[in-house]
Parts: sequence; C-alpha cells; structure tokens
Amino acid sequence: MKNILTINNLPVGQKGKIKTINGGYGLIQKLDALGIREGIEVARISTQWMKGPVIIRYGNSEVAIGHNMATKIVVEPV
Amino acid sequence: MKILLTGNPNVGKSVLFNRLTGMDVISSNYPGTTIDYTKGYFNIQGERAELIDVPGIYSLEAASKAEETAVQMLKDGHVFINVIDATNLERGLNLTLQLIKQGKPLLVALNLFDETKHKGISIDVEKLEQVLGVPCIPTSALSGEGIKELVLKISDARVSDYVFDNSQRWNEIGKIISEVQKIKSKNHTFSEKLRDASIKPLTGIPLLVLVLLLTFTLIRFIGEGLISFVFEPFFEKGWSPAMLGLSELLGQSGLLHDLLIGKLVDGTIDYGQSFGLLTTGLFVPIGAVLPYVFAFYTVLAVLEDSGYLPRVAVMMDNLMHTAGLHGLAIIPMLLGFGCNVPGALATRVMETRKEKFISATLMSIAIPCMALQAMLFGILGPFGFKGLGIVFGTLIIVWFVIGLILKRIIKGTPPEIFLEIPPYRIPYFKGLVKKVWMRLRWFIKEAVPFVLLGVFIANLLYSTGIMQFIGRIASPVFDHLLGLPDDAAGALIIGFLRKDLAVGMLVPLNMTFQQLVVASVVLSMYFPCVATFAVLLKELGIRDMIKSTVIMVLSALITGSLINLLLTLSIS
Repeated sequence: MKNILTINNLPVGQKGKIKTINGGYGLIQKLDALGIREGIEVARISTQWMKGPVIIRYGNSEVAIGHNMATKIVVEPV
Repeated sequence: MKILLTGNPNVGKSVLFNRLTGMDVISSNYPGTTIDYTKGYFNIQGERAELIDVPGIYSLEAASKAEETAVQMLKDGHVFINVIDATNLERGLNLTLQLIKQGKPLLVALNLFDETKHKGISIDVEKLEQVLGVPCIPTSALSGEGIKELVLKISDARVSDYVFDNSQRWNEIGKIISEVQKIKSKNHTFSEKLRDASIKPLTGIPLLVLVLLLTFTLIRFIGEGLISFVFEPFFEKGWSPAMLGLSELLGQSGLLHDLLIGKLVDGTIDYGQSFGLLTTGLFVPIGAVLPYVFAFYTVLAVLEDSGYLPRVAVMMDNLMHTAGLHGLAIIPMLLGFGCNVPGALATRVMETRKEKFISATLMSIAIPCMALQAMLFGILGPFGFKGLGIVFGTLIIVWFVIGLILKRIIKGTPPEIFLEIPPYRIPYFKGLVKKVWMRLRWFIKEAVPFVLLGVFIANLLYSTGIMQFIGRIASPVFDHLLGLPDDAAGALIIGFLRKDLAVGMLVPLNMTFQQLVVASVVLSMYFPCVATFAVLLKELGIRDMIKSTVIMVLSALITGSLINLLLTLSIS
C-alpha cells in the first residue's frame, strides 16, 4: 500500500494527488467551488508556524487553507 | 434591460464595470474588494442598459452570507456577462457551466487575456465559443482591449444549448479544457519565487515586518513633508492674511465674525485656538489631516493593487485567532486605519455574527483613523516617541485584551481562513491615481462638512454655557478617574462628530503631558465617530450595537483611569 497522508504533512514543495476529503457536504462544497476536489494534483508551498494556514498550489491557483481544514484533505504523494 | 457582471472574486469585474459605465468603483488585487453591488448605466446601440457589478462568487451553491446575497441577485438579471480570469480558465468555467444551467442569455469575457501570453497559455477562443454556444470575448479591462467588442457583442448574448450532467461538471470542464487550452510549461519565474518567499514564514515574516515599518515610515514622511512644505506655508502665508482682512472687514467682532473667524490670539489667527469656521474649521481637515489621509491612501493603494494584502492576512492568521477572528479580519482593520467607515463596511467579509461583532467592536475601539492619528502626531509629537508610544502601545494591548475576552464570552467557533492568494501584479499607475483621488474626494465630501458642523456646534454650546454645564456634571469622572480638566468634556462631546476636531479642542486647554496622553487614549476608544456609528448600526443591528457601545465606553473609562493611575505612580 502506498503511503497516504494529510496535506499538512506533505513535505514543502512536494506534490500530491487528493485521494479523499474527510469532511461533510459543506466542506466538500466549499473546496469544490475553488476546484479543490478528489483526483487533482496539488503542491504544498508552505505552512505558517504554530499550526497556521497551509498554502497549496494547483494549476494556476494558490489558496490558503486553515490548518484544521487541511487535516481533512488526504493526499498520496506523486 | 438589466445586465449583471458576474464571476469569480478578483477577476476584474469592477475594473470592467468602471470601463463600461465610466463610473468609479474601488478595485484592488484581492478577492472580496466589492462587498456591495454597484449599479451603473451605459448605452448599447443607443439603448440605455443597467449594469450591475455583483460581488464575486466561486459557485452558485453559496458558502457564505455574502455569496448568498450575490447569488440571490442573479435571479433578477436579464443578461449575464460572465467574467473569467483567462489565466485560470478551469475554475472560471466551473461557474460558467452553472450559469448556463440558469437558462438566461449569457456572454463570456475572458479577462486578463494579455497575461495568458506571459504564462505560456494559449486559448482557442473560437472553439470555446463553439463548445459553450455563447459569445466569448478576450478582454483586458485594465488596458481597455476588447471592451468595444464586448459592448458590441452584448446583443448577441444567448441562452446556451450546451447539454451536460451537472454532477459531472468537472469531467465536462476537463474535456473542454483539453480541447481549447494549451499550456507551454515554463520554468520558475521570478514572480513565482517572490510568491513563495513572501509566504514562507522564515522569509515572509521578516518581509512583513519590513513592509509594515516601511509603510509607517512612508506615511509619516509624506504626511509630515506635505504639511511642513505645502500646507502650513499655505495657511500661514496665504490664508491668514486673507482671514485677517476679512476680520477687519467684519469689524473684528460680532456674531458673524466670531462664527467665521473666531477669536484672534495676539491680534492674529491661531489655527489651534481661533475656532472659527473659516480658520480652525478649515485648517483641521485640510491643513492637518488631508496630507496624512493622502499619504495613507497612496501607500494603501500600492499594497492593495500589488496583491500583498492576502499574504498579510495569511501571516497574521494566528495573531487574529487570539481574538476569535481569522486572518481576513486584517482587511477591515487596515481599512479602518484610513477611515473607520470603510473599515466598518468591510466587516462584511467576516462570515459569522460573532466575528463580525468582534471585528467591528475592536476596530471602533482600538483602530484610530488617519484623521485622528494625524492630530495625535500633532499634539504628542513634540514630546518625542514617548507619548505616541504610550498611546499606540495601549491601543494594541487593548485590542488583544478585549479580543481575548470577547472570544471567550461569545459563543461559537470561528470558521477557518480559506482564501485565494492572487499573483503579484505591478500596480497600474493610472489606476492608483484614480483610486487615491476617489478616496480623497470622498474624504473631503464626508469629513469637511462634519468638521464645520462640529466647529459650529462647539461654538454654540460654549456661548450658551451648555458645555460648561456638562463639564461640571462630568467633573467627578474627569477629575478623579481620568485626571482631566472639566473643559476636556467639550472635546469628548465634539468627538462624537469628529475625532480630529476633538483632539484639536484639547490644544488650547494647556494640559500636562499626562493629561494629553490620557485624553488621547480615551478619545480614541470611547466611541467611533457618528458616521462610523451609523454604518455599524446598519451592519450589526440595534441590539449588537448597544452591546458594542457599552463595551466601548466602559473599556475607554477603565483604560483611561488605569493609564492615569500608572502615569501618576511612575512620576511620584
């Protein structure tokens, strides 16, 4: 089995493919509206100190995601 | 005909709106600049059409209150102009496909089209038109390219006959993208390196500190420079002689003389003490405050248009959480430093009632507007860094303490930050000038009448003896708790109208350093000006506003008394 981790644990600069989003309908909708969904590739750019926002890049977009929200996004490193 | 401009946040709808209607609405490089809709009119082939600039949305399944109202507005539109960021086609199409399902005439503006070339993106516009079945027009709202074509094509807007399964939207978009878009992969550009460096904490936080220091220094430098080289000479050498002439013409006394010129000090005009409409009434807003307001908005415009503010929001996120807010709350706070009125309006970006209440209350109490700051620089500046240091230091502490308390006592967990970070853009000079001018015009139109009214009311209250009466009643609080003279009550009363004028009223009272510091803190905190109050009343509702006001008055009294006590102890 390949290693799977939440996006806040993805090494900086590493890309990952979103496997699943462990959230309710609201969270999935919210992420989906910005194109963050299962199957897309994202890269983690940085995380602010003390469990601050996680910044990810995908396509031409860059989005800051609260730390708790980030722990619900599961990725597989590619 | 009602035409709606709709699209994702920060794709340039407001710039396009300005282009089409010739009207002025504020635009910046961060998502959520437009918080309310703006209506304008323009002509299509001789016919008048109504154009509405709708706040940006990512999806029709609204996530927040602000989005909900935007989605609601779409219901009464006749035609949609769907604005897309051409460098981010995939995400734009997500909304386009949802709009298609609305069954209304639609056309697509592929905005920021000029930027696609730099990014190695090529879009086959004709093919996109064929697939979507609606007109697609490449535009660049900033430079004006494609605007004419867009206007000409509005009458060609039509209901798309594109059929797809809404639940398979992303697959559908994938298919369209693979047909119409080609991306040449490019090496890391300088801009991308800057993007990364400015948001990684190790490099980003030192940069943030540097930017904030530079911002503050620049504002003081420009503001002070303008005052000592332009505005003061103008008032001293140009305006004073004219006013003295007028004074002579009016016979140097009488009701009209005292109202317009005020009293002469040693036979000449003293802008701090004369207190006439044409002397102090004009000097405070124009001579003392306007230069700083100009300086602030110039620097703010550069920060806004460069795209740096969302990065500030991300890096300040943790700090904001101590007060039960998240990073985006930095936007109302920053705008509040210019004027609390736009700051109060910007609290709309906050999603929950709790956050809105906290951010509005904290801004009213602890964020001094530029007009107030300019006057504080004026009266405390002569004491060096000490006075300003105590006042600003106190306000920062108060912000955190009240924030911590409110976070505890108000129920609910704040939502987390979820914010798109736009690419950096070099601010467009003409756009900057226009924006600063718009805000200055607004300041002159809103502030000057209030200052004049304040001068008028102050004169009225003093000459009828009402002010002295209030001073005597307030004496116990003023004297014992705050250590202020009774006359300072007048400043607090006028402070309801304008804080800058209120600080000006402290000047003739010959107060000690300690009294000036206490009065400055109390004046900053006890109440926002009446214009801000009116906006907050609308935003928060009457019940929350009463609660907020009680917090303001109480915290001002407590803090003022504490500072007075501490200063007394430190001196003795």
